[in-house]
Amino acid sequence: MAKITFDGIEVEVPDGTTILNAARTIGGGIVPPAMCYYTPLKGSGGKCRACLVRVAAGSAKDPRPMPKLVASCVTPVQDGMVVENTTSEQVLNVRKGIVEMLLINHPLDCPVCDQAGECDLQNFAFEHGVSTTRYEEERRTFEKIDIGPLIQLHMTRCILCYRCVYTADQLTEKRVHGVLGRGDAAEIGTYIENIIDNEFSGNVIDVCPVGALTDKTFRFKQRVWFTKPVNAHRDCENPKCCGKVVLWYKGKDVLRITARKDQYGEVKEWICNTCRFDKKETSDWTIEGPAHIDRSSVISANHYELPVLNAQVIADLPESSVRDLEQNPPMRLGN
Amino acid sequence: MGRKLLTEHINVEGIDTFEVYRKHGGYRSVEKAVKTMTPDEVVEEVKKSGLRGRGGAGFPTGLKWSFLAKPEGVPRYLVCNADESEPGTFKDRQLMSKLPHLLIEGMITSSYALGANTSYIYIRGELLYVLRILEKAIAEAYAAGFLGKNILGSGYDLDLYVHPGGGAYICGEETALLESLEGKRGNPRNKPPFPAVQGLYARPTVVNNVESIAAVPVIVNDGGDEYAKIGVGKSTGTKLISACGHLNKPGIYEIELGVPVEEFIYSDEYCGGIWKGRDLKAVVAGGSSVPILPKELILKTAAGENRLMTYESLSDGGFVTGTMLGSGGFIAMDETTCIVRNTWNFSRFYHHESCGQCSPCREGTGWLEKILHRLEHGHGNERDIDVLASVAKQIEGNTICPLGEAAAWPVSAAIRHFRDEFEWHVRYPQEATRPGAVFPGKAVLA
Repeated sequence: MAKITFDGIEVEVPDGTTILNAARTIGGGIVPPAMCYYTPLKGSGGKCRACLVRVAAGSAKDPRPMPKLVASCVTPVQDGMVVENTTSEQVLNVRKGIVEMLLINHPLDCPVCDQAGECDLQNFAFEHGVSTTRYEEERRTFEKIDIGPLIQLHMTRCILCYRCVYTADQLTEKRVHGVLGRGDAAEIGTYIENIIDNEFSGNVIDVCPVGALTDKTFRFKQRVWFTKPVNAHRDCENPKCCGKVVLWYKGKDVLRITARKDQYGEVKEWICNTCRFDKKETSDWTIEGPAHIDRSSVISANHYELPVLNAQVIADLPESSVRDLEQNPPMRLGN
Repeated sequence: MGRKLLTEHINVEGIDTFEVYRKHGGYRSVEKAVKTMTPDEVVEEVKKSGLRGRGGAGFPTGLKWSFLAKPEGVPRYLVCNADESEPGTFKDRQLMSKLPHLLIEGMITSSYALGANTSYIYIRGELLYVLRILEKAIAEAYAAGFLGKNILGSGYDLDLYVHPGGGAYICGEETALLESLEGKRGNPRNKPPFPAVQGLYARPTVVNNVESIAAVPVIVNDGGDEYAKIGVGKSTGTKLISACGHLNKPGIYEIELGVPVEEFIYSDEYCGGIWKGRDLKAVVAGGSSVPILPKELILKTAAGENRLMTYESLSDGGFVTGTMLGSGGFIAMDETTCIVRNTWNFSRFYHHESCGQCSPCREGTGWLEKILHRLEHGHGNERDIDVLASVAKQIEGNTICPLGEAAAWPVSAAIRHFRDEFEWHVRYPQEATRPGAVFPGKAVLA
């Protein structure tokens, strides 16, 4: 076990734990953001540099500070390590710089992007960035590549986190997509426009932190904050599929099905394409209850678990509106 | 004239063949090492020699070797980094193509010291003709019993392979090189773990520059103490300097570390002064990634002392008034050179060569290049210079590998020392972008 001090909070974690995961055991606002690291994917992390932290003391044995900021998602803890994240001005400034770098070539087409509302980059920029840009050059664009009937690839939105590459590598037999090209011309693609076709390909949609990989069956159907997430499960025939999903309802229709994500947006159990794309009837599923959303601000702001009707507001509404609301109350699921 | 330790016989007819090389004292270090020394004794000699990595960072080679993890029953590897591709650096190519056996001899002796039974030379893809020279030389060494099983009857086995890369600059970064050697995309790895613990195929690995390895036979033959007598302070031995730019005699010079920079540029023994009788404007002393210095600061340090060609003297003053010896790519620029154009050219290179893995470098190198392109072509504005400096700072130190720094340093340094020239480009774009335009001096901005 190693004892470390993170932003002044002491925590004890097993040897070999990364700084980021140590911070996650504390939880709350001190956890560094992560745009590329994904716990279930081996080898992920270290690329986006969003999680850079300052190591003020390397270990009890060698208490010198580390010369550069380190990526907390790939740096293992040492006993006696002192880490500064939100308490370091330098870290916060560098993080602003990282937001800027990630955004300069991002199209900022959030108003028409299906990921808006559950986008890690939106959250990251909102929480850590500045509201202006200094970038005057033309934004980078890519030739469109069609990767099949289920998944839409929008390369201009990609931040090259490599998560989808690791997912395909570690989940499926034959990976057909990867990173082509180099530098800021590097892109996710399939060599000679191949189609991604295997039973678990849909998971790349869930791991994508931005709107680069989206569900073609859900495309332009609805803003996510108008849909209602419900946990459900079924006995899937595929032994590698856990069958535990989130159904996203609009009214009585299941518009979209995703795997379940934890509070850091990570899928721990994967689902197959049959569950994701083909079972869009409530009768296919055993409903468990409302899914808990606590990090994607826009969705939780509209969440039906919270009282939607505020008595004070209703009192001020015109009478006709109050009558409408009483006759057609907002949909409530479960209790 | 200084001593030539590596290139003494470089002009001997047929030195690239085994017989001629052997006749001139070649492979003595292998005999000495495997017959009379233990591997640790070889490491000790290299430590004593004070040899510092010749690839750019200048990390002591002996120390690097002593960090190599040696778990039981696990193979270790020595990899020679011959992916020389920094603009301004062209020493290894010459060394390998003229003296292939020197590198092979160094590889055998070094592998013996490290206990590696398989070693690789990772060579830049463009140097295919050098690859053929090396392969021929390796075949000769196998035939003579210096490679393969039971070398010289000592019971030590070594296989040596040459592997060509695809020609990417990033594959000169040691972990990207290892990825590439494993057959993967050349992306640098996150460190730790360092290659000394988990390198090639997740085994302990040492990665050394061609010139560092070529110096090992000399050290083993003459002894580390003898080697350490050459040079000044912690900069021992000789160094190959590839001098280019506006010099009367550009070329590759083997110098004893400690030669004054002024002597190196102006003496007839070395570069013979600036061409066409012009004045020196600036020097990039160690390959394109190190900070550029104006004439006053490259000849004398800020404290007024003569600057010497050593690791310490060139970095005197940190990055404010100093630079680095780097890989020894010495680029001299005369008074007619446009620093903005030069900086843009360097940035273009780093933009093109960034691997695109981590965000500050992927996006930042492109941004730098685009701003510099605008400035150089007369479309700059007042804010640009500050934005440039700030973007360079945002990249520096926040990337996975040193390529980010290599892209940021030249820009920061050019603005630090030649800000007036950048402002001239912003305020007088028409004059500044005329072909052949020369910065008339600070007075024009008054």
